[in-house]
Amino acid sequence: MTTSGTDVSVESVVRRAAAAHRAERGALLPVLHAVQAELGCVPQEAIPVLADEFNLSRADVHGVVTFYHDFRREPAGRSTVRICRAEACQALGANRLVSYAREAGTPVGETSADGAVTVEQVFCLGNCALGPSVEVDGRLHGRVSPERLGALLNGTV
Amino acid sequence: MQNPTIVYVPRDSAARSVGADEVAAALQQASEQGEFAIEVVRNGSRGALWLEPLVEVVTEQGRIGYGPVTADDVPGLLAAGLLTGGDHPLRLGRVDQLPWLARQNRVTFARVGVIDPLSPEDYVAHGGLRGLRAALALDPADVVAQVTESGLRGRGGAGFPAGIKWKTVLECQGEGADLKFICCNADEGDSGTFADRMVMEGDPFLLIEGMAIAAHAVGASEGYIYLRSEYPDAIATMNAAIEIAHGQGWLGKGVLGSTLDFDLRVRVGAGAYICGEETSMLDSLEGKRGMVRAKPPIPAIEGLFGKPTVVNNVLTLTTVPVVLADGPKAYQDLGVGRSRGTQVFQLGGNIKRGGIVETAFGITLRELIEDYGGGTLSGRPVRTAQVGGPLGAYLPVEQFDLPMDYEAFAEAGAMLGHGGVVVFDDSVDMAAQARFAMEFCAEESCGKCTPCRVGAVRGVEVIDRIVAGTHRDENLALLEDLCDLMTDGSLCAMGGLTPMPVRSALAHFPDDFLGGRKLLDITPVHRTEGTA
Repeated sequence: MTTSGTDVSVESVVRRAAAAHRAERGALLPVLHAVQAELGCVPQEAIPVLADEFNLSRADVHGVVTFYHDFRREPAGRSTVRICRAEACQALGANRLVSYAREAGTPVGETSADGAVTVEQVFCLGNCALGPSVEVDGRLHGRVSPERLGALLNGTV
Repeated sequence: MQNPTIVYVPRDSAARSVGADEVAAALQQASEQGEFAIEVVRNGSRGALWLEPLVEVVTEQGRIGYGPVTADDVPGLLAAGLLTGGDHPLRLGRVDQLPWLARQNRVTFARVGVIDPLSPEDYVAHGGLRGLRAALALDPADVVAQVTESGLRGRGGAGFPAGIKWKTVLECQGEGADLKFICCNADEGDSGTFADRMVMEGDPFLLIEGMAIAAHAVGASEGYIYLRSEYPDAIATMNAAIEIAHGQGWLGKGVLGSTLDFDLRVRVGAGAYICGEETSMLDSLEGKRGMVRAKPPIPAIEGLFGKPTVVNNVLTLTTVPVVLADGPKAYQDLGVGRSRGTQVFQLGGNIKRGGIVETAFGITLRELIEDYGGGTLSGRPVRTAQVGGPLGAYLPVEQFDLPMDYEAFAEAGAMLGHGGVVVFDDSVDMAAQARFAMEFCAEESCGKCTPCRVGAVRGVEVIDRIVAGTHRDENLALLEDLCDLMTDGSLCAMGGLTPMPVRSALAHFPDDFLGGRKLLDITPVHRTEGTA
């Protein structure tokens, strides 16, 4: 999913998400998650609509969106690979995976040129006894060797 | 047709990360082909994570375990008589008699790995709801008194007595106290900790029961579980469990036929470590940036949306039902000194047999790492263990005889935190670990207070200069000074405790900081804005 849609479609997505969470207290985060699930990111055009829905200033909404690592301003690649860089995975060579990704042409924080994969770092996936851990599109992988990371990056597993 | 044999394959995300789904599918397929009659049940994990995927077969001799099993092993296992507990190189014997498990004292984790996590029948058959039923028969003040008497302390890290917190919320009366909240802090962001995740994936009704007891005890009507987005399996399991619990009358209007009305929701975090700090979590729950609040006012009096709020960790709330079911005395009899009951230790990092070790307080670090953990996975000597997450101290092997309790650790300049133990072998570069602690703080600081926001950035730079040998003595003094400032001047534990891993690395491994080299580059992360 991309942001190639018009402002109108962004607006309708945001308003629909806000309506679905209307009964909840302080529902900005759930609504942001819902918008991102649909659009792949929280685009700039969503900010004034959210501000209107939540009776907040645009600056407030902008502040929330940019505070949290999860919310993207632009869509990620078709697949997202997150390498855990927290201590437990470091103890088993997480840095080797980070180097491997860099040498494979997709350093942490970047998307491959063909838009196939975005590589990110994450601090702890809760798989600390079976590290190093990598998450691919929400699916957790343990005991990941550089070779296996290569396969995950290529989408061959 | 004969009755199918029940085969358990964990649905825990750690087990899935090493192929449990594929094993379950292979068993299912064998069953569908008609040669074997198998009913695959997805349980939680027993916590012996090095054995995952751990397959258990229900036989007349009890539940026989096989592990670690791959999907390719399945045909061979079936041919060897898996369904009757037949012999095979992967056969482990009766799972409940495995020495690693049998030596533990599973209180909070009693059902995890045993039952189907989403079966209410299993839950009740294995002692579920006894705590809630007992609590509902008591006055709220008596429930609070029992929790206080048990000595249960907050298991999120700070170790604050749970009963005292609850008493404060219960005693909030009158205007403004018409609405009270129970908030479960399930933002388990510390590296090396995964117990919250495992109990939510393996026994979700237990958390619901604990929160309902808390609601009755303090007079709350709404609850939130703030669950980190890095745990999608736990989110799905908790959401499913909440829906089932509503259907069973364990949540909603008139819980279990009593006068208690209690609604519960999962709120998904958004990747900010700082939201594990309770006041920052409350701001995040309100839909704001997860900024730390100054205390006072304490959340028990002015918490979520300014209302009286209980904020407890998952392991605290999941232990409450046990306290109510068996009485405070039984819980209090476990443990040492002022650390009562059990603690759930989590062995991770470079360790041969990692997983959950729930045992009474007072076990030593050496027993955990050597006896339970079996040393390093790499086979090299252990050099250090970081206890209590990224803000915990790095302890040298010489201190491994420390008993694991809050006070002994505090005396040694360390902390138990959430019970995570991350083991490193002798290839670790402690200067790099110290630098990482500062780097992590810089990355995850909420930015509210200067010692944390700016201090962490300066900390990385100073450590780099020390290691490069530039004005070494002056920079060591500067780092010392910076650590003092961060410890004393930060608003919360993020900035306040970041010096702990740094100082412990410096104190115990000074040689790693000797000059003339460059540490690994910080991985450049493309970021346009934002702080957390």
